[in-house]
Amino acid sequence: MIHSLFLINASGDIFLEKHWKSVVSRSVCDYFFEAQERASEAENVPPVIPTPHHYLLSVYRHKIFFVAVIQSEVPPLFVIEFLHRVVDTFQDYFGSTNVGDQLPTGQLSVVPWRRTGVKYTNNEAYFDVIEEIDAIIDKSGSTITAEIQGVIDACVKLTGMPDLTLSFMNPRLLDDVSFHPCVRFKRWESERILSFIPPDGNFRLLSYHVSAQNLVAIPVYVKHNISFRDSSSLGRFEITVGPKQTMGKTVEGVMVTSQMPKGVLNMTLTPSQGTHIFDPVTKLLSWDVGKINPQKLPSLKGNVSLQAGTSKPDENPTINLQFKIQQLAISGLKVNRLDMYGEKYKPFKGIKYMTKAGKFQVRT
Amino acid sequence: MSGNGLSYSEQGGEAAPEVAQEAAPSTTPSAPAAFGLFSSDTKKNEDLKQMLESSKDSAKLDAMKRIVGMIAKGKNASELFPAVVKNVASKNIEIKKLVYVYLMRYAEEQQDLALLSISTFQRALKDPNQLIRASALRVLSSIRVPIIVPIMMLAIKEASSDLSPYVRKNAAHAIQKLYSLDPEQKEMLIEVIEKLLKDRSTLVAGSVVMAFEEVCPDRIDLIHKNYRKLCNLLVDVEEWGQVVIIHMLTRYARTQFVSPWKAGEEYSENNFYESDEEQKEKDRKVKATYIMDPDHRLLLRNTKPLLQSRNAAVVMAVAQLYWHLAPKSEAGIVSKSLVRLLRSNREVQYIVLQNIATMSIQRKGMFEPYLKSFYVRSTDPTMIKTLKLEILTNLANEANISTLLREFQTYVKSQDKQFAAATIQAIGRCATNITEVTDTCLNGLVCLLSNRDEIVVAESVVVIKKLLQTQPAHHGEIIKHMAKLLDNITVPVARASILWLIGEYCERVPKIAPDVLRKTAKSFTNEDDLVKLQILNLGAKLYLTNSKQTKLLTQYVLNLGKYDQSYDIRDRTRFIRQLIVPNEKSGALSKYAKKIFLAQKPAPLLESPFKDRDHFQLGTLSHTLNSRATGYLELSDWPEVAPDPSVRNVEVAESPKEWTGILGKTKKEKPAEKFYSESEEEEDESASTSASESESGSESEKEDKEEGSSDESSGSSSSSGESSDSESDNKENTAKKTSRAADESDSEDIKKKAKAISRKRSTSSSSDTESTSSEESSSDSKSESDSKSDSESGKSRKEKEQKTIQDRKAPNKQDVFLLDLDDFCPVPTPVAVPTAAVLSPSLTADLEGLSLLSSSVIDVTTQVSVPTKTHELLHRMSGKGLAAHYHFSRQPGIFGDCMVSVQVTVTNTTDQKIENIHIGEKKLPPGMRMHEFNPIECLEPAGSITVSMGIDFCDSTQTASFQLCTKDDHFSVNIQPPVGELLLPVTMSEKDFKKEQGMLTGMNETSATIAVAPQNSTRLVIIERVVKAANLGIVPSGQDNIHRFAAKTVHSGSLMLVTVELKESSTAQLIINTEKTVIGSVLLRELKPVLSQG
Repeated sequence: MIHSLFLINASGDIFLEKHWKSVVSRSVCDYFFEAQERASEAENVPPVIPTPHHYLLSVYRHKIFFVAVIQSEVPPLFVIEFLHRVVDTFQDYFGSTNVGDQLPTGQLSVVPWRRTGVKYTNNEAYFDVIEEIDAIIDKSGSTITAEIQGVIDACVKLTGMPDLTLSFMNPRLLDDVSFHPCVRFKRWESERILSFIPPDGNFRLLSYHVSAQNLVAIPVYVKHNISFRDSSSLGRFEITVGPKQTMGKTVEGVMVTSQMPKGVLNMTLTPSQGTHIFDPVTKLLSWDVGKINPQKLPSLKGNVSLQAGTSKPDENPTINLQFKIQQLAISGLKVNRLDMYGEKYKPFKGIKYMTKAGKFQVRT
Repeated sequence: MSGNGLSYSEQGGEAAPEVAQEAAPSTTPSAPAAFGLFSSDTKKNEDLKQMLESSKDSAKLDAMKRIVGMIAKGKNASELFPAVVKNVASKNIEIKKLVYVYLMRYAEEQQDLALLSISTFQRALKDPNQLIRASALRVLSSIRVPIIVPIMMLAIKEASSDLSPYVRKNAAHAIQKLYSLDPEQKEMLIEVIEKLLKDRSTLVAGSVVMAFEEVCPDRIDLIHKNYRKLCNLLVDVEEWGQVVIIHMLTRYARTQFVSPWKAGEEYSENNFYESDEEQKEKDRKVKATYIMDPDHRLLLRNTKPLLQSRNAAVVMAVAQLYWHLAPKSEAGIVSKSLVRLLRSNREVQYIVLQNIATMSIQRKGMFEPYLKSFYVRSTDPTMIKTLKLEILTNLANEANISTLLREFQTYVKSQDKQFAAATIQAIGRCATNITEVTDTCLNGLVCLLSNRDEIVVAESVVVIKKLLQTQPAHHGEIIKHMAKLLDNITVPVARASILWLIGEYCERVPKIAPDVLRKTAKSFTNEDDLVKLQILNLGAKLYLTNSKQTKLLTQYVLNLGKYDQSYDIRDRTRFIRQLIVPNEKSGALSKYAKKIFLAQKPAPLLESPFKDRDHFQLGTLSHTLNSRATGYLELSDWPEVAPDPSVRNVEVAESPKEWTGILGKTKKEKPAEKFYSESEEEEDESASTSASESESGSESEKEDKEEGSSDESSGSSSSSGESSDSESDNKENTAKKTSRAADESDSEDIKKKAKAISRKRSTSSSSDTESTSSEESSSDSKSESDSKSDSESGKSRKEKEQKTIQDRKAPNKQDVFLLDLDDFCPVPTPVAVPTAAVLSPSLTADLEGLSLLSSSVIDVTTQVSVPTKTHELLHRMSGKGLAAHYHFSRQPGIFGDCMVSVQVTVTNTTDQKIENIHIGEKKLPPGMRMHEFNPIECLEPAGSITVSMGIDFCDSTQTASFQLCTKDDHFSVNIQPPVGELLLPVTMSEKDFKKEQGMLTGMNETSATIAVAPQNSTRLVIIERVVKAANLGIVPSGQDNIHRFAAKTVHSGSLMLVTVELKESSTAQLIINTEKTVIGSVLLRELKPVLSQG
């Protein structure tokens, strides 16, 4: 299926290659470079590029292109998903250990995702329920679309072959789910219980989508007043961020970014808190707000200087928001209990909740 | 997918040294090799060579890491070949791995030297460690040296019957590689594929289907018998295998089942109005009511859970399967999952959106509920934005158009102008498709004509032009407006569009049109070709309608065109002049010039660019590219009439009788006859003693055929020489097979047995790498010392193989006899009809999956019978009114792999409630574990409750003691399992049974001769009694007097093989083969009375 793999870094060097069948010359990447040139940004390079004798399928992560060379028909997602797994594996491998001292040993186990003979002195299992809100808010502040996507990420360090079950107080909230292969699907179907022998270490147990029937609580609002005037080369810019439906929790890690129109030369702004940067080259404004104090709402005000002579931009910029709320799953999802079978020791168990902004956009 | 199985570790293996180098570039002085200075390069390689010669493994390992690093960077390391290849036999597994990596890269370039390493691989192929066997096969098949093709072929064949499913998986991978190296091997490889397709391991399934797709995708006939198995295994196959299998099954289903679409609708429409007679006739035509083939349904049902996979490729594969195979009403279930994938990476989004785009054209309803999921975000990459827009446009209808147009307004203002332009096109499409909003859209677009951005304006012009064409009436104002735009707009397409519009409708704007021609005539030479053509066009049209005012202007333009640089323009000019300007040469056509130029033109259809992608199978590369990719396999149309569904029937029951019964009915006599003659022929052949390699190869082909394929091949070439020696051998065999080992020298025999056992062990306890590696080294040194002995032992092994083949012969011959008889009186087999029907297929698949990894062809089945006997756990007297009984439910794996499930019934005999019944303190022997039942909160007087618990007895009959507690009291109780309950039944073929039995001889065999009561000697009674006494699975037996049962122990999964062989004078021999000798002998003791008692 995949004939060869090339890794290309940001400066366009092929710094790693691997061939599974016969060797394919590097020159095949020239087609890729051509396509890269045509696309203005790395993000716009088409993931599938046909060449006279091959097909190039690529993924772009960590500023590296992973380019797979294919010779014949294959489901493109097969290759793309595989490449992403390769990247994940690299990330796992290079991220954690001191590279180079130990080659991974191939191991076959009865449970394919878990190696045998795992031993820990401290047995612990942590689960993070992380929910992300994707939303588009229109000019007037009303929600155009909002949905909640969640994941449960686990870090399980348990000796032996533990068999875990995890149940929810309100499993009905989960509308669409996808599982790590370790989860027993039948059990979920019949009892809405996650039953599994966990892999060792970090893994994503579950991804879910909260059913659309539930109204999504929007934890923050943005008040904005952005105006460009035709006559002068100055514009007004003012935004304020405030908490909305936060269930009494603090909104923190707030970060506002906005792509300004090309005609903007510079911005002179004063934040009431946090720091801000405007990059006059990329026209990207980012404001690191930090925590929102409901008593004193953070704001950013000032003037925008526009290129003289050009007409005012058609569109006001979109505001992208990031934020975090600890100890809250915005959908209301709650883990009921976590049990372990198959091993005798008592593990330490921990569950953490967090809500984050996903793709959270405010149109102005 | 090549080498997927271990690709992770492989990659890790290579990546590691690579980065090791990267991490410390300053420490190596020669690191900046990028300069590629010739001298420094050779110097560097010199030191690598020295390191490789070193006696220290650490130095070698370092060198290999650096060399593999070079390969990964694409540098040439080929000159190190001789130095590296020497280390191929290294005992250090880390070095070995890296040498393998090197060989895979360079063997093709240095074929002669590469041959030096082959013998090492051949030896490694026989290594007791399955990982080493597998990697040897992987490397061997990756060395692209044509000379070793026969060796590869042989290795693949052998590996395909390896005990380890992992090795068999690698055999499947190797098939593709060999095929790409030498397509001539196709026929032989197909035979291996056929054999591996029968494999029941989930590990093998994906890989062999991959090989099938690559080598012989047209051999649909090979799939029939494996279809149901593949459907059932699917959930447990690894993700990549799932994708491949699903795609293959989609193609398969389209050739084997009738369409679930339409037929039903047509029928119900006619239903009401026609008389019965007519109806019947219709029925015959329209195939009556549509009933889905159960196999078709099976596929749909078993793929559905995979929509929940974390792997986008799997979800997409299921989605396309539902799209192409499911009734239209069911296809909708995939929408939600596809929408979920949109949360994934940009590349995944791109492919998924493309497929949704195609789907949404044909079946809007599927994605309409998810309309908002396709709203565009300003941060999406352009290609994603455009695709989302495409889908939104496809989904537009009267109900949602106003919301959508509002959304589109935002997009038009986008800073991404390319996207804004695409939005304008989308608005145009909505306007033509939904007549209610045509005017609104048109007005909106006209407003955009005053936009500042030229691209937006240009696109609007183009779209307006198309819209006006659809309704040319009363749009004079818009055309005038656009004529004014011509002064400012520079985009050629837009200018051309305006000119065309004015020309086309010049009679509606009689004053403006000539003026426009005047202006453009002035700028003619500076215009783009596209615009020039339209100026010529405009001129011609005006000349025909208003020649008074424009004759001179047109001639001027035509003169300009005559000398234009572009030959297209010159051609067109000449053409137009001849057509419109009357002269003596002009033919009959000029009379019709007006009709030609000003004919009513059909309005363009604004269509989705995804309109014609639907002839490609969804989810394929070809679909993404919208052109046929190399190796694309067309999805066939549904057949009019379904091919014979019985081809998928498999011999599920334990006896071959049933199978022949089915086959005999549906198929003609012919295959049966062939069967017969072939096996006779084989009898002769197998008697030959000459054990050349090629012959043993063809022998195994024969085996395959015996198993029911009617495939003709080249097997006949093997020469057979009969010797008296072998004849006697043969006789002996049929007479009494126990004496078969007599021929061979004792010592050799023992050695072989030991080897077989050790191999068996190494597969069952796969994780124990340390011990196996030591085993490896010892066997390595042995074979190295004397290559002759190696070949000799190979020979003797072959001889043994032949023996086993002969063993199989006898029962086979009987099969053939039975076949004829059975056609007349099919014998029902009541006890052990496949129990799979009871459980849902995927559950059985679950169970299969669990066991399959440890041993290949052996599946855990459900219990054949459940003993009704209950045992007392707690008497009501000693339990103060609380009584408890237990029995063994024989349900496998409820509480995990190693647990025996026990059902406990607690009864309250008091007249008061008993609260909180639970298990208290446990006193379990070491290793034993218990899965408690959930506490019973309250038990009413005279009430009784049955709960299940699991106990891992560690394959011993030791007692599990624990306390049964109530709110106020606790009672000590014991459970001691009968040995028969420590087993899980397995199904296996007779062949496999014998194979396994052959390896469990000597110490591992216990037997006894028992007297059997006459009434107990029928097959049914024996089976009934044995499976009642112990949880055994029934193995089909070809001989009436031999009954076989198989199980594995619950805890360790060791095989337990039971044979009951009836002899004359009411005696029988009871044989038990197992590694667990203690349990074996206990079981033997327990089974004895079962058969002898009346």
